[in-house]
Amino acid sequence: MDITPTPVRPEPPGERDKSSELAGSTRPGDRIFLALSRGSGITLLVIMATIAAFLTYRAVIALAENDGNFLTTFEWNANADPPVFGIPVLVFGTIVSSIIAMVIAVPVAVGIALFISHYAPRKLATPLAYVIDLLAAVPSIVYGLWGALFLVPHLGGLYEWLDQFFGWTGVFSYDGGAARSLFTVGILLAIMILPIVTNVSREVFKQSPKLHEEAALALGATRWEVIRMSVLPFGRSGVISASMLGLGRALGETMAVATVLSPSFLIQASLLEPGGGTFAQNIAAGFNEATQTGRDALIASGLVLFLITLVVNGAARMVIARHKEYSGANA
Amino acid sequence: MAKRIDVSGLTAYYGSHKAIEDISMTVEPRSVTAFIGPSGCGKSTFLRTLNRMHEVTPGGRVEGKVMLDGESLYGAGVDPVSVRRTIGMVFQRPNPFPTMSIYDNVAAGLRLNGSYKKSELDAVVEKSLKGANLWNEVKDRLNKPGSGLSGGQQQRLCIARAIAVEPQVLLMDEPCSALDPISTLAIEDLIGELKERFTIVIVTHNMQQAARVSDRTAFFNLAAIGQPGKLIEIDDTERIFSNPSVQATEDYISGRFG
Repeated sequence: MDITPTPVRPEPPGERDKSSELAGSTRPGDRIFLALSRGSGITLLVIMATIAAFLTYRAVIALAENDGNFLTTFEWNANADPPVFGIPVLVFGTIVSSIIAMVIAVPVAVGIALFISHYAPRKLATPLAYVIDLLAAVPSIVYGLWGALFLVPHLGGLYEWLDQFFGWTGVFSYDGGAARSLFTVGILLAIMILPIVTNVSREVFKQSPKLHEEAALALGATRWEVIRMSVLPFGRSGVISASMLGLGRALGETMAVATVLSPSFLIQASLLEPGGGTFAQNIAAGFNEATQTGRDALIASGLVLFLITLVVNGAARMVIARHKEYSGANA
Repeated sequence: MAKRIDVSGLTAYYGSHKAIEDISMTVEPRSVTAFIGPSGCGKSTFLRTLNRMHEVTPGGRVEGKVMLDGESLYGAGVDPVSVRRTIGMVFQRPNPFPTMSIYDNVAAGLRLNGSYKKSELDAVVEKSLKGANLWNEVKDRLNKPGSGLSGGQQQRLCIARAIAVEPQVLLMDEPCSALDPISTLAIEDLIGELKERFTIVIVTHNMQQAARVSDRTAFFNLAAIGQPGKLIEIDDTERIFSNPSVQATEDYISGRFG
């Protein structure tokens, strides 16, 4: 085999001394790529800043005209004159429905992910993973329709059961109305975030080092003990990240919530009673008929949703960082 | 505390590939038996058949007999999990559980086997770490992660973890190949001490190491790449390194091939 020499572009001698090999390159390809990537980065920042500035500006206008208290008023009459609106109902509805979704979805997703990565024979694991992927491809309005037309009429039995055994808590009391409540929304959101949480967790579990799995096996661990000793600790930060991705989707989900929930501006003690609302649902429901001030008010509520998402993500990062010393990353 | 292993007619496969063929040997209790041979000759595979770790690899299966003091490891109804509790293993690369502290690493095997009082665990952890010549180096930081130790310390931590459950046999798969010479020496000294309590089998690529630590040496070879590995001979280490009965062994040891 003969060796083809790498073509070397002759360079003027002075050129090379000016820029060191690492600091910068004068090759045209490098320069173009540098310009492109730097440009993209700057463009992104400019777009973000523009959006933030616009939203903040409109939100401030709305807040100045608000006759109620934005943080405590249980009412949304932003189109009235004078406008009166507040977000506590939306904060409650958004967070509660998302928490219900997480409580249902995360354990199931972790279970499915473990089954695919560590239990199922390959013949079953591959199609199963594919089906989960398909779930993610269903548009949210389809979930909404399915939720309204199938889930709502079929949840009565579950609701009665919850009322019978847990009704005394007040949180699960139910008097037989349509199941268009935050709880149903939570169930629907759980199904919707299941694929993303499952997929990310599965990828993380798959990467758990053979080395540590074998260490556990050699100590006489059963399959579940192997998972508990080496797979779950390794995957914990990944599962947290996956859950946050899911939570992000649940917090911002619009169409499915708007289709299923029967909205009202009050906080129900029972999760099974219809009523309540979420930020995204409220915006979708009100935006078309809103006056100028009404729209600004909705934008202000959107900013709050953005802040909530930001805080949730920050908290997740802190949880991950706190366990860094013990994470699988420094294995 | 230490048991004898009798292997007869053992053949192991990866899927349809035959990795080792028809191996028979006896491993004496309270001694060190070294496996040497060129890469790919199946010595690690053979080692992993001795505690049923081979079958964990997809497609891995075994034919033949392995007896531990007369009890078959591959008999019907034998739980591979309990086999691995009896026959411990130390791996090529140190693999302490990264999410566990030094203490928890050593206690991990015990916690699998049942519940112990804190004082019992403390005693076993201290005894095992002392047994692995690591106690003095880590006694002040038992609650720090095991992954913060040096490579040699990590490997001794893995040995401590393996001996904490008081296995009958300790299998070591090239335990020093990722370590520097000083850490290697520490492990070799340790092997010399451990053989008074355990039956030890060690795979090594380092023939000086085999000569230094082992009482018996088994030489494995393969006819060609893709052919199954075979046991060429097993004998007292002194004899293998001075006057082996098979020409191939002498060629390998004197560096004429491999």
